[in-house]
Amino acid sequence: MSLRIVVCVKYVPDASGDRAFTEDLTTDRESVDGLLSELDEYAVEQALQIAGSTDGAEVTVVTVGPEDAEDAVRKALQMGADKGVHVEDDDLHGTDALGTSLVLAAAIEKTGYDLVVCGMASTDGVMGVLPALLAERLRVPQVTLLSEVAVADGAVTGRRDGDAASEQLSASLPAVVSVTDQSGEARYPSFKGIMAAKKKPVETWDLDDLDIEADTVGLTGAWSAVEDATARPPRTAGEIVTDEGEGGKQLAGYLAEHKFI
Amino acid sequence: MAEVLVLVDHVDGSVRKPTLELLTLARRIGDPVAVHLGPGADEAASVLAEYGATRVLVADAPEFADYLVVPKVDAVEAAVAAVSPAAVLVPSSSDGKEIAARLALRLESGLITDAVDLTAGDEGPVATQSVFAAGFTTRSRITRGTPVITVKPNSTSPEAAPAAGAVEQLEVAFGELATGTTVVSRTPRASTGRPELTEAAIVVSGGRGVNGAENFALIEALADSLGAAVGASRAAVDAGWYPHASQVGQTGKTVSPQLYVAAGISGAIQHRAGMQTSKTIVAVNKDSEAPIFELVDFGVVGDLFTVVPALTDEVKNRKG
Repeated sequence: MSLRIVVCVKYVPDASGDRAFTEDLTTDRESVDGLLSELDEYAVEQALQIAGSTDGAEVTVVTVGPEDAEDAVRKALQMGADKGVHVEDDDLHGTDALGTSLVLAAAIEKTGYDLVVCGMASTDGVMGVLPALLAERLRVPQVTLLSEVAVADGAVTGRRDGDAASEQLSASLPAVVSVTDQSGEARYPSFKGIMAAKKKPVETWDLDDLDIEADTVGLTGAWSAVEDATARPPRTAGEIVTDEGEGGKQLAGYLAEHKFI
Repeated sequence: MAEVLVLVDHVDGSVRKPTLELLTLARRIGDPVAVHLGPGADEAASVLAEYGATRVLVADAPEFADYLVVPKVDAVEAAVAAVSPAAVLVPSSSDGKEIAARLALRLESGLITDAVDLTAGDEGPVATQSVFAAGFTTRSRITRGTPVITVKPNSTSPEAAPAAGAVEQLEVAFGELATGTTVVSRTPRASTGRPELTEAAIVVSGGRGVNGAENFALIEALADSLGAAVGASRAAVDAGWYPHASQVGQTGKTVSPQLYVAAGISGAIQHRAGMQTSKTIVAVNKDSEAPIFELVDFGVVGDLFTVVPALTDEVKNRKG
């Protein structure tokens, strides 16, 4: 059988940098270096593993983002994905999650798919809703937040570890899947993979290519608005003591003083 | 007065605390109307009424347990059609966020997730969120449709405000997407007997410095002496020392307790994202340079294997 796998990835500001907002209260994507969202590496990994165990499987990586976002696609191609799609358009600036799902769903349909694989959330917005939104838009099953995933005989199965219970899920393809950081460590690109990725095709599409009206996306098309963003005042370091036999008692004293004991 | 829908999070009718917080927040915007899906509505209704639900819309069907997420979306969509609420509030659980997202899309309405506070505004509810690993606080509102907002646990203290809580049957017609994903089996998580991590007033967490699954007994003993929940850093979870359900951090749980105790945790950004909105933070770490010490109200530079047991003994002594 053939299996068309589409992996959705996001280019995000490095979480170890000083992330901030721009004047229009959108995420500042200039002052901090960007990279493939760590949580999407797990999605790429699972897609590659599924592809590896299926004859005739092809993995396409799709991203929506500014020019530099192609780096995220390249990283996934270095890991082993076959080709990439980068949706880029100035009118996308400030698009919310609902709008992003509109664009991604259109790009996924244009690409053609049997299985869509996403990470559990982005490391910048951390909403974790995009896979569910894609399933709703594409009108296919959502099989999300999986710590284990397998595809066989036209169906996807997996384990979803929730707060109250662990669930075993099953759905027919086509379907949208998301995988957690518990799904298995992501591979590093090999030297060979890095060289091979240079020759892999990445198509760039704009909103016209997807027949999406500009005013349905971007800041004007967003259905929510950030009114203000305030940097949290840094926590001021408190009292630090070095344990010389009394550290436990000193800490207990602090807790008692503040009525925790 | 406008009505506000609150989706009830419960286990067989036992209402979880975040729902009571949502009812409390909902009263700032309008009259809370609870939506109870699945079994146990009679048991839940009295609690929901106590915390301000003027009405309790109930629906029970095997689909809610047998299929993932979508049947509940169908039900809440039906409730929105029946009530025309000023807003829909949903607990920020994994299921809750996915339900809210799909609902927002169907309603062609804006979506805000993981609010930590909610107030009434001239142009609809204003939600406070903590973003970029709690580096920023934002205030946002919905600009289109019926605001759909998911709210994190511990966003407010539940306050009783008895209301009628009239139970009404909600008619739900399941759409063709409802049965797309089958829940083949469900294994309830074994109870630890400790408070829920995201709901606890005190959290005691262990990290890399705990150095082994067996040593987590020290962390658990301290937690039990304080009546606390137990958490773990990603390093400890990745090492297989403690279950992922207890992970505190960017890819685990976000906690905001009155007191957070970090033992053997260096305080990487991944971890800070999950705990730095805690009211009081204390830490024990043998490395005086560990970034966790930049956050603490009180820190002990020392070996957790001596400091933590000494602390546990002292807590027990003081509690008598």
